[in-house]
Amino acid sequence: MNMRIEPNAKPSLTGAQILVEALRKEQVEVIFGYPGGAVLPLYDALYECGIPHILARHEQGAIHMAEGYARVTGRPGVVIATSGPGATNLVTGLADAMLDSLPIVAITGQVSTAVIGSDAFQETSMIGISTPITKHCQQVRDVRQLAQTLKEAFHIASTGRKGPVLVDIPKDVAGFRAPFDYEEAVWLPGYQPNTRPNALQVRRLAEALTEAKRPVLLVGAGVLHAGAHQALLALVERYQIPVVSTLLGLGAFPGNHPLFLGMGGMHGSYAANQALSNTDLLVNIGARFDDRLTGNTAHFATSATIAHIDIDPAEIGKNVRTQLPMVADAKEALVALLAVSGSVGDYADWRRDLLQKGAEFPFWYVPDDGPLKPQRVIEFVHEVTGGGAVVVTDVGQHQMWAAQFYRFERPNEWVTSGGLGTMGFGLPAAIGAQIGRRDAPVVAIVGDAGFQMTLQELSVVVDYQLPLKIVIINNRSLGMVRQWQELFYQERYSESLMHCQPNYCKLADAYGIEGVLIENEADLQTKLRRALLQPGPVLVDCRVAEGENVYPMVAPLCGLHEMVGVKP
Amino acid sequence: MNRLLSVIVNNRAGVLHRVTALFLRKGFNIQNITVGTTDNQAQSRMTIVLSDTDEETVEQVMKQLHKQIDVLKVTDWTHQPVVVRELVLIQVNSPVSTRATLTTLINPFRAHIIDVGRDTVMVEAVGKPEKVDALISLLRPYGIVELARTGVTALSRDTQTSEEMMRRTKENALYI
Repeated sequence: MNMRIEPNAKPSLTGAQILVEALRKEQVEVIFGYPGGAVLPLYDALYECGIPHILARHEQGAIHMAEGYARVTGRPGVVIATSGPGATNLVTGLADAMLDSLPIVAITGQVSTAVIGSDAFQETSMIGISTPITKHCQQVRDVRQLAQTLKEAFHIASTGRKGPVLVDIPKDVAGFRAPFDYEEAVWLPGYQPNTRPNALQVRRLAEALTEAKRPVLLVGAGVLHAGAHQALLALVERYQIPVVSTLLGLGAFPGNHPLFLGMGGMHGSYAANQALSNTDLLVNIGARFDDRLTGNTAHFATSATIAHIDIDPAEIGKNVRTQLPMVADAKEALVALLAVSGSVGDYADWRRDLLQKGAEFPFWYVPDDGPLKPQRVIEFVHEVTGGGAVVVTDVGQHQMWAAQFYRFERPNEWVTSGGLGTMGFGLPAAIGAQIGRRDAPVVAIVGDAGFQMTLQELSVVVDYQLPLKIVIINNRSLGMVRQWQELFYQERYSESLMHCQPNYCKLADAYGIEGVLIENEADLQTKLRRALLQPGPVLVDCRVAEGENVYPMVAPLCGLHEMVGVKP
Repeated sequence: MNRLLSVIVNNRAGVLHRVTALFLRKGFNIQNITVGTTDNQAQSRMTIVLSDTDEETVEQVMKQLHKQIDVLKVTDWTHQPVVVRELVLIQVNSPVSTRATLTTLINPFRAHIIDVGRDTVMVEAVGKPEKVDALISLLRPYGIVELARTGVTALSRDTQTSEEMMRRTKENALYI
């Protein structure tokens, strides 16, 4: 026999085995996915590989789970789907993760290289589809490049401004063999995110803080992604500056802190929006001046110098003209700012005025002895959980009420779809959050409409015995659509009322989950309290007042100073 | 005003798609885009002309391009000393009787006749887009059968030389 032995040759693995080894090297704790034809080789390698796999009931569910997991753990969420329909079902989640900067590594199967382009069974161009909605995407046509591509994918997803990265693996590539080499460092000349702030800009910002009379900090999710909440607190304590949060930034600054003015924007607090409108120095840390936050930009912070700290240079000056730009990681920027011994300005009058506004015009609703008020349900959930739960929402009225009435005191315990506003996000994202935080109480607050978009994932709750608490704020309508039709379309409720609804308690029962019906205050005190405190999963159907609107509100095209529905 | 961007990218599959998808997504208007490899086979140069773009938009375009992993370098050459060239092929009606006139006509453009048929000739010219425009309008009365323009490509001039030239122009100005 003529066999050459190469002592130094690395043992070669199949593409599928390379994927598993790469996931091990990246210390992936869990994979969310759904198998199918083109990923059969990958799933064969995953079989008994030791990395837990969560079998979603729909690929959209799988990627929202990965998002929820990424949001609470800060680690990249890994999702696998097959080619064609499996991959296209990831699209909504990719776009969602892109807008909310969540680190996701999506692995999609693809038809074999020999038939790519021939409209083969379950073929779609995932690179073509995902290019505009991913931070990066790459098809691997040569198994020798698979390991490096995966390493780059994890690197790109979890550094700089985080985001989704898609790796498309043709079926035959998963079967070809190559040596597994994961040691080589990632070197991407076209991707060198800058995290360290410019010293001159830091000094200029410190000076601006000293000179300002009416400064305000706007904190976004960038603070959470950077783990900068402690540095933020230290800065606020030193300068005694009032703080406004974006929707996604909630929890970055303690909601019970006296200097916290609440969320700003369309459904933000009156005090927060007054602060943003009248400030002379607006320091944006890791927010992107989204239109739901700024309102009409022509009226936004008109008398202010705008300082913007962002890891993504493209965000600076994109929506709002900025005088003090700082491209940096939020934590490094705040630490640098703390290191400058700038003297603290005198903002006492400004602070007093804002805090008084905050006390005078809080979020409000009219309690009612009749139908249960949705805001009351959120308040009650906060009360029972002691503010210590991970709260995950879907999109719509209940999302705004959760943001308004659940006081977030700790970072990374608030999971919501902000940028894309994805209905159907809530339940699967809550499952992902619960898997990321197995021991934490996780409450999914969802609307009846959004819940029905992805409710098939209830199977996953049972399958993996997750102690998830699902609270449906059931107003038997697409509440936010109905609200806008009431306010801006002469109460013409076009397709927004959903009076045909399943019996949610029976539905829960069908899945093997306890179902609870809540109709009034007495039910809250007894049944909801018990449901939230019991160890297992539960689905709560809260029948709430159907015509309730989210207030206060900045109407479309209006400035933040033009709020309606402020507490009388 | 029109903007001229030079973009160095990794020479790999899908990069052109990424760039054009970005322009589509952000609603930026491309007037012209040309792509070719550089001296380094692993890299390509894209020369992009944006039509009617203000300062803020061009800054946003450049930042968004920079976010692409495969984009290595983006330069705004709008106000830089650069050489801009475009190639045009024009097939024009030319019965033998007018051929001599035609040859004289295209001569100042340093254009060449590169293909000769019974009734037509093909003219090749290289120059700035304005020069190409002028040649086309000059040939139009003869009857253009077909026409192909490459779109512009560009390179920056040797900065030392061009700075020196600019300085000399200023010095000369003193004597005028």
